[in-house]
Amino acid sequence: MKVVLERDTTVSGAALAPDFSLVLDNQTRSASSMSGGKRDLGDVAFTWLVRGVAVFVLLVLLGIIVALVLASLPTIKTLGVSFLTTAEWNPPMNRYGALIPIYGTLVTSLIALVIAVPVSFGIALFLTELSPVWLRRPLGTAIELLAAIPSIVYGMWGLLIFAPIFAEYGQPFIAATLGKIPYIGLLFSGPALGIGLLTAGIILAIMIIPFIASVMRDVFAITPPMLKESAYGLGCTTWEVVWNVVLPHSKVGVVGGVMLGLGRALGETMAVTFVIGNTNFLSSPSLFMPGNSITSAVANEFAEASTGLHTSALMELSLLLFVITLIVLVISKKLLARLSRNEGERS
Amino acid sequence: MNNFIPQIEFKNFNFHYGKYHALKSINQSLPKHKVTAFIGPSGCGKSTLLRTINRMYDLYPDQRADGELLLDGNNILSPSVDLNVLRSKVGMVFQKPTPFPMSIYDNIAFGVRLHENMGKADMDERVEWALRKAALWDEVKDKLNKSGMSLSGGQQQRLCIARGVAVKPEVLLLDEPTSALDPISTMRIEELINELQPEFTIVIVTHNMQQAARISDYTAYMYLGELIEFGETDQIFVKPSKKQTEDYITGRFG
Repeated sequence: MKVVLERDTTVSGAALAPDFSLVLDNQTRSASSMSGGKRDLGDVAFTWLVRGVAVFVLLVLLGIIVALVLASLPTIKTLGVSFLTTAEWNPPMNRYGALIPIYGTLVTSLIALVIAVPVSFGIALFLTELSPVWLRRPLGTAIELLAAIPSIVYGMWGLLIFAPIFAEYGQPFIAATLGKIPYIGLLFSGPALGIGLLTAGIILAIMIIPFIASVMRDVFAITPPMLKESAYGLGCTTWEVVWNVVLPHSKVGVVGGVMLGLGRALGETMAVTFVIGNTNFLSSPSLFMPGNSITSAVANEFAEASTGLHTSALMELSLLLFVITLIVLVISKKLLARLSRNEGERS
Repeated sequence: MNNFIPQIEFKNFNFHYGKYHALKSINQSLPKHKVTAFIGPSGCGKSTLLRTINRMYDLYPDQRADGELLLDGNNILSPSVDLNVLRSKVGMVFQKPTPFPMSIYDNIAFGVRLHENMGKADMDERVEWALRKAALWDEVKDKLNKSGMSLSGGQQQRLCIARGVAVKPEVLLLDEPTSALDPISTMRIEELINELQPEFTIVIVTHNMQQAARISDYTAYMYLGELIEFGETDQIFVKPSKKQTEDYITGRFG
């Protein structure tokens, strides 16, 4: 504090800055260079500029949270916790329960991850370790191009092309194989409608594969060659090198990529709306059944929502999505912390 | 030092990086259970030569070797060679320490598990044996569960040597193993090489001529992809038979 006060009285530019380190920095600068006050003023202005944009993001985030909470206050007050625990969503009767959209969002995103993570791992493994060099770039670009396809195209394709084919061949096959397993089989039973939770999950998987795969490829590629050679030098196969050395070495990036994909899956609206079925009734646990997701519910109903409880309910749905994303983020941080514990502590 | 039993034999051996001819007609045997040092200016092919003995170059599509390279009489260049088995017989340590992102214990056990099935007690014993061989046991015995990356640079390099030794290879390749280490760590590694010598065939590439003179039984001088001279270390350093070798060793060149 003493240093700051001293600087206050001597350098006018630095007096604006309460930041201790910045002031010290100015002190050394002006002592060592001849440029004097002009440069100091520029430094200070720039510091405030970048600080400003950083704070701006925080303010926007805060603003969104406050707006969502305020807008959902009516349902929070009238319905309380029952909003989260009831499955009945009936706007004409003013009954709102978010269980089905929440379930739909979580289940479709989970299906997407279960499919997309291993596939992306395979893509990244192939591109970094196995692919001939001439194929790497075109194949990598092609996978990234998947991410450039607008979600409405995925939705149309899913509804008009994928769903009929899936109903004709895919679902009967799954029902005849996975559906025969005790307990798990319940998830893969019922009529083959084409659209439904499983279809939405599969479309989401295709949509998030490019994100997860390209992040995985990039973090695999920056594994030091010497580390890989060390593992090969012990007699590892390519699989053992990637599974035991490359993957642990790049785990932070991999988890980051998976979370990026999960974030997209949770928030995806258009493609899901096309294929999920948009019904708020869920009579069986089967993934073949149509359902609803938070984003689809909001997108479908917002235009016709009358003011009052209905709008507020949709707002609270959005707030829930926000909270779910936040929880996912926290879980991923915890996961990373646990992973580095398993690797052994660093002193 | 006259019990020269050839274990590694290069016969009319050539190596290419794409179009670049990196090793030219190498004909040389390396002795079993001795330390052989390769010296020479940068880019002379010492490391390239080392990397052929465990066929590390196989990872890179445009690198190829021809001629013969025998390990215990078997040509390891033959396509039918199982690389995983070959590499369990020929361990390697690199310029920089490369501990795996796992605990100290697992760093050692990892390589062993690839080739042998053993119970927990046997594995504990093997890990301790390898760490003792690498003169690291006393320093890490209380923190085997800590990350291998928490160790100092010199300890990490000894961990890498222990990792190589744990698989019980016949040959240990050391590619400038002390170039990234401080003098004290270097000294410890050199002592370690001397202790390992009776049980392992050690081939070391080094930029440090004093190091070659201190630790090796045989020395090879390479220049521009050719093996200029090979002989007992004392002879190479005291009275080299080739003018080129003498120039390099006395510091007039390189």
